[in-house]
Amino acid sequence: MDTLLQQLINGLTLGAVYALVALGYTMVYGIIGLINFAHGEVVMIGTMVAFTVIVSLAGSGMPPLMILGIGLLISVVVCMALGWSLERVAYRPLRGAPRLTPLITAIGMSMVLQNVAMIIWGRNYITFPPMIEKHIFHIGGATFTNVQVAIVTLAALVMLGLIYLVHRTRLGMAMRATAQNPQVASLMGVDINRVIAMAFVIGSALGAVAGCMVGSYYEIAHYQMGFMLGLKAFTAAVLGGIGNLAGAMAGGILLGVIEALGAGYIGQLTGDFLGSHYQDIFAFIVLIVVLMFRPSGLFGERTGDRA
Amino acid sequence: MSEPQILLQAHDVAKHFGGVKALHDVSLTIRRGEIYGLIGPNGAGKTTFFNCLTGLYKNESGHFVFDGVKLTADAPHKAAEVGIARTFQNIRLFGNMTAIENVMVGRHLRTHAGVLGAITRNRATMAEEAAITRRAEELLHYVGIHERAHDHAKNLSYGDQRRLEIARALATEPKLLALDEPAAGMNGTETEALRVLVEGICKDGVTVLLIEHDVKLVMGLCGRVAVLDYGEKICEDVPAVVQKDPRVIEAYLGGSVA
Amino acid sequence: MNEQLKKAAPWQRHWLAVVLIGVVLLAVPFVAALGGQAWVRIANFAILYIFLALGLNIVVGYAGLLDLGYVAFYAVGAYVYALLASPHFGLHLPFWVILPLGAAIACLFGMLLGAPTLKLRGDYLAIVTLGFGEIIRIFLNNLNAPINVTNGAQGITLIDPIRIGDFSFADTTTIFGLDISGPQKYYFLLVALAIMVIIVNIRLQNSRVGRAWQAIREDEVAAKACGINTRNIKLLAFAMGASFGGVAGGVFSAMQGFVSPESFSLMESITILAMVVLGGMGHIPGVILGAILLTALPEVLRYGIEPLQDALFGRMIIDPESLRMLIFGLSMVLVMRFRPAGLWPSPQRRRELAESAN
Repeated sequence: MDTLLQQLINGLTLGAVYALVALGYTMVYGIIGLINFAHGEVVMIGTMVAFTVIVSLAGSGMPPLMILGIGLLISVVVCMALGWSLERVAYRPLRGAPRLTPLITAIGMSMVLQNVAMIIWGRNYITFPPMIEKHIFHIGGATFTNVQVAIVTLAALVMLGLIYLVHRTRLGMAMRATAQNPQVASLMGVDINRVIAMAFVIGSALGAVAGCMVGSYYEIAHYQMGFMLGLKAFTAAVLGGIGNLAGAMAGGILLGVIEALGAGYIGQLTGDFLGSHYQDIFAFIVLIVVLMFRPSGLFGERTGDRA
Repeated sequence: MSEPQILLQAHDVAKHFGGVKALHDVSLTIRRGEIYGLIGPNGAGKTTFFNCLTGLYKNESGHFVFDGVKLTADAPHKAAEVGIARTFQNIRLFGNMTAIENVMVGRHLRTHAGVLGAITRNRATMAEEAAITRRAEELLHYVGIHERAHDHAKNLSYGDQRRLEIARALATEPKLLALDEPAAGMNGTETEALRVLVEGICKDGVTVLLIEHDVKLVMGLCGRVAVLDYGEKICEDVPAVVQKDPRVIEAYLGGSVA
Repeated sequence: MNEQLKKAAPWQRHWLAVVLIGVVLLAVPFVAALGGQAWVRIANFAILYIFLALGLNIVVGYAGLLDLGYVAFYAVGAYVYALLASPHFGLHLPFWVILPLGAAIACLFGMLLGAPTLKLRGDYLAIVTLGFGEIIRIFLNNLNAPINVTNGAQGITLIDPIRIGDFSFADTTTIFGLDISGPQKYYFLLVALAIMVIIVNIRLQNSRVGRAWQAIREDEVAAKACGINTRNIKLLAFAMGASFGGVAGGVFSAMQGFVSPESFSLMESITILAMVVLGGMGHIPGVILGAILLTALPEVLRYGIEPLQDALFGRMIIDPESLRMLIFGLSMVLVMRFRPAGLWPSPQRRRELAESAN
């Protein structure tokens, strides 16, 4: 029983991170139908920037929470700029190109970002300096830390903010309109270019937040970390029905929980034939099974063939 | 006459989209060798009926009996297999393939060459390929666009695209050719040419089901006509009777007033 | 006269080009050997990638199915060969049993994955195939306990070379006073395989099945209405691509004598896909060009960057490995930016693009 609770807590933490990253994929996909493969790398850059800021401020005598806050803020700003430039430089010139063209560009950008990160931050694991004292809470045989609480709370707040933005502001309305039908939206006076750029900028900001969370949760960072994280998050977005914001949130949390439960129980389930090294396959197996029965994801609209 | 007189029977076909009833227990009978018209105001359910018949949609209740056999067609390619070919309201050609290639795709169903044949180019495959090309050429002649055989489908004029779609459908050797608003967007001359073509097809032994907006064309061409309104069949008879039916007049006038 | 020319097969019309290509193909391994056997191996990989890319071209270029897990089938072929012809299990089956077996098992995996997932729309299929590739890799990495099947991350060593009687592809043989090394022999084997896959690609393109693929790519609903069983036809493309991947994997195993999961990462799938797209999807010469460039570029950079930095700055300023990958990624972005249909697209695709731009 205590394993179950423990894995649920860990899964929720991980899921909150996935959900934030998944939102970045889903916003861009919902509006221009592009799998932004480089998004995972944006998250990685977010972690790295936060790391650099925190390390360089660590000896300044500022209160730790303030340092963390500054790190988060700078990382968000850098990623927003990065997202904006990605769209402007790499993707915008390719509108109307064959479907696979921007995908290859995205893959190319992902390699570029990864290797730039490696040149700047090196090829070794980077250890995050612990800024806040860790408190461990006990609940029914399971434990959780204040870091986990902070991650889940912050993720919830950020997602609420996004929901507000999409449903209650002019920009959000423009985004929803563009996702429905770009031509009509532009006839109605929506500046499509701005909406698309904003989708990248907002998605990257969420990614930066997620990147900081990963950094403070695992306390390490690596130039290749964005790859698997991005892959899982994209899986989460597809799981929830890509293009659907609520779907990405639910898909992220679901994936985190499934992964944690899977890692906790796979040994028992297979009579110790398979161990917890197989944690990474759950995401993909769940994905394949879900799509077999719900081809548009859990919360995606069923798009039937139109004659 | 050993073949049954009736080619297609629809029994109480119903289809909903969410809460909206698109088709409400529609029954109708198409006889072999006739041109049967299906008309009705916009949104009356004509295309939905088509899509159920050709397996693109799954109807919730009711069934079709085609050529004496109950259709279990749950996939569009099976409908084509039993002999129902169709065209689309908003022309769906393979735009980046040439006209003749479009028709050759239509021959897919009635030919057999597989991967091995294609790779080894054995005699049977080459003979079949030649037959496919020949038949496609004939069909392009038949609909009158053989001069455009090697143009990309998307570069054909609107009227020629409609004809190409018909040629492609005929290539599947259908017993029933279902045309979804073939005259939409055509001018008077083109419509007249289309009328001649459809009459010819019928004369050559293919039964035609025609959905059309152009009431004049339907009345002049069809032996019998059914009228759909709000997903229900309100009338089925020869054109002269249908034209005078008060319910039909009501449906059309009511529709235009609202 | 003109009529006769038209009827002649392309190779009859362009016999001079054919002869030239033949001479170049013959000369490559001997010219490359002047720079050391390492260059012959690079040439071999270029041809192996041509083979893989043209196999994937059937799936992506012809049938329009975005497969991001192609490397899974390559891995299956490689491990089938490795397990059945190495001391790992003490089995040493001959290549003419294992290569077809590897292709068949890869084909089976392709069908198992394809049957339930091919109805998914493009991007979903992409992520599912990607996930499948990762699943296979993770299994290869971890199936060393409790029963040691794949030997985990260490991989399998001492894999038998391809051998016909006493003629082994691993040793140097002297024919007419000419020393032909192991890699050079594999080179000729690979060229033969590549020519085979080129013929298959060409012949499929203008066939009943090839037209059906193209029709599905253009408009799936209309293809169904024409009576094409789209699921089966897609599955056929998928299974064919998988079989080619399986054969390539087997040859890779034999040629290297060593396999490990590291060779079958997602990056590998992406590289092969990039070859297809970068070169010009669906256009055979373009795909070949893409495969050669993407194999050669990293190698040229590998040998070029260090001396260049040395000459410019007198020391290594930037880690050469990252710089190499950086330039590789950047060139992918640039090619797509300025040649969105690929470096050498088919004339038809070029036209399509020009029209859609207007």
